Amino acid sequence: MAGSISSVSSPDPVLALANIHKAFGGIVAIEDFSLDLHAGEIVALVGDNGAGKSTLVKIVSGVHRPTSGEIRLDGDPVSFSDASSARSLGIEVVYQDLALADQQPVYMNMFLGRELIKPPFGLLDRKRMHRECQQLVDELDVRIPSAGSVIRDLSGGQRQGIAIARATHWASKLVLLDEPTAALGVAETAKVEEQVASLKEKNLAILIISHSLDQVFRLADRICVLRRGQQIGVRETAKTDKNEIVSMITGVSGKS
Amino acid sequence: MTSSLSLLRRLDLQRSVIYVGFLAIFLFFAATLYDDGFLTSRNLTNIVLQTAPATIMAIGLVFALSAGEIDLSFGSVVAVSALSAAVVMQSFPMVVGILAGLGAGALIGAMNGILVAYLRLPSFLVTLATMGLFAGIARSMTDLRSIPVLNDTFTGIFGSGKLFSIPSLVLWTIFAVAIGHIVYRSTRFGAHVLATGDNARAAQVSGIKVPRIRLGVLTLCGTMAGLAGLLYAGRLQAAKYTLGESDLMTVIAAVIVGGTALNGGKGSIIGALLGSLLMGMLNNGLILMGLDVSDQMIVRGLIILIAVAVSLRDTSR
Repeated sequence: MAGSISSVSSPDPVLALANIHKAFGGIVAIEDFSLDLHAGEIVALVGDNGAGKSTLVKIVSGVHRPTSGEIRLDGDPVSFSDASSARSLGIEVVYQDLALADQQPVYMNMFLGRELIKPPFGLLDRKRMHRECQQLVDELDVRIPSAGSVIRDLSGGQRQGIAIARATHWASKLVLLDEPTAALGVAETAKVEEQVASLKEKNLAILIISHSLDQVFRLADRICVLRRGQQIGVRETAKTDKNEIVSMITGVSGKS
Repeated sequence: MTSSLSLLRRLDLQRSVIYVGFLAIFLFFAATLYDDGFLTSRNLTNIVLQTAPATIMAIGLVFALSAGEIDLSFGSVVAVSALSAAVVMQSFPMVVGILAGLGAGALIGAMNGILVAYLRLPSFLVTLATMGLFAGIARSMTDLRSIPVLNDTFTGIFGSGKLFSIPSLVLWTIFAVAIGHIVYRSTRFGAHVLATGDNARAAQVSGIKVPRIRLGVLTLCGTMAGLAGLLYAGRLQAAKYTLGESDLMTVIAAVIVGGTALNGGKGSIIGALLGSLLMGMLNNGLILMGLDVSDQMIVRGLIILIAVAVSLRDTSR
């Protein structure tokens, strides 16, 4: 329980960021950022372009290391040497560009870098990957012709569905979503939002970056606002409104 | 049911092109050149024997192209490897010669690979340079002289020998294609090669060691070219700087016709075998038809054009 910093609920937060500071050379990207994320909670990270949202995601996913500050997972301090080490601790990222290999089948993307093999020769177990992937996409209601379909033949929404399904399959603690619906139409966006909301039931913690405040208010339990690398504040969605968030993002009405 | 469905789906345009093209050209030659002995088992075996080195190189190139890289230097590697093996065998046991030949190939491949994977130089330019570099080294190694290979065991294993009355070059082809196909289709390495060529960033964030894959495929390419050099030296019972000189275009054509994408992420070892046999068949048939070398070059060039057109049409879809 040593990891509890300033949380309302009793167990350790899944992710606890304390006084994270990140500078590239002399340029400060993130200044003194602190946030707790609990299991089954969706927190949205909002802010203008260049506010530091992506940098923060990269810090949590192990791509960048913070200049100073502390990251705790389930109360234990962690330090990621690279993205693989964050992944091995149960953190998955859905990237803006989805990071899918377009000419490979869905199931190979689902198991990209973690392919299943079978004894005695350690050859790929395509049948099992195909089967497990089919189960997974059916479970998450991602409607694709088959787990054997090639990514290139799928729509943007289907691809996004697969990227999210992959993240949720491998994540045991935390899913980071970077603009998950930026390239999607209305119906596809609704579908993806449904998927994201369903992740709460899996007891994962979710950090989502979005430019759509409507989406943020539909999905998030709490909203964290960044402006020019500074943490402006965190609000519970139920206790705030768009006007307040907008003024926090822009800094115009000085409400922050 | 589902497996036959997915089999149908896998038989896409590029893959069927090679089967249909192979069959069409085979039937064409079989009909028109029947009297010239095209269909005799001796002639058909000859085609396989002549294409064995190209097939071996094609396997390496499928891996390189699938990972989004290219190797232009393998033709020069063939000569350097064959000469290294021949020279070493003049004063050392056969095994040392074989190791020298394969080792030279692997080393040059690894050199290409290090420059490409870790210095991030484009493989096209790196291997264009090493192609010239090692063509020159092959010439200077023995002052343009040809080196005889007199070791009977060596020429048996890599050239004219037989096992259970199957020519050794046929066995090498079958062996290399089988292993290559399994590694390509059914191992993590094969999957990572395809992922790297398809979307290197996706591969990277998925924990695949992309530089290691790039180094791996180019080293493999060099090693396969080294093996091809041994096969040439075994069959011709001599090594010369000209070995492999004219293989660059043939092998690239074989691989592309066989359904391997020029820009990575997709390929086929079986297709490369058929492509290589197709090129051999073309050579053979065109010679039987009485075409001279220049006509053969023209026909081969046209075939490559068509193959590239089909390949690029499919990938820009």
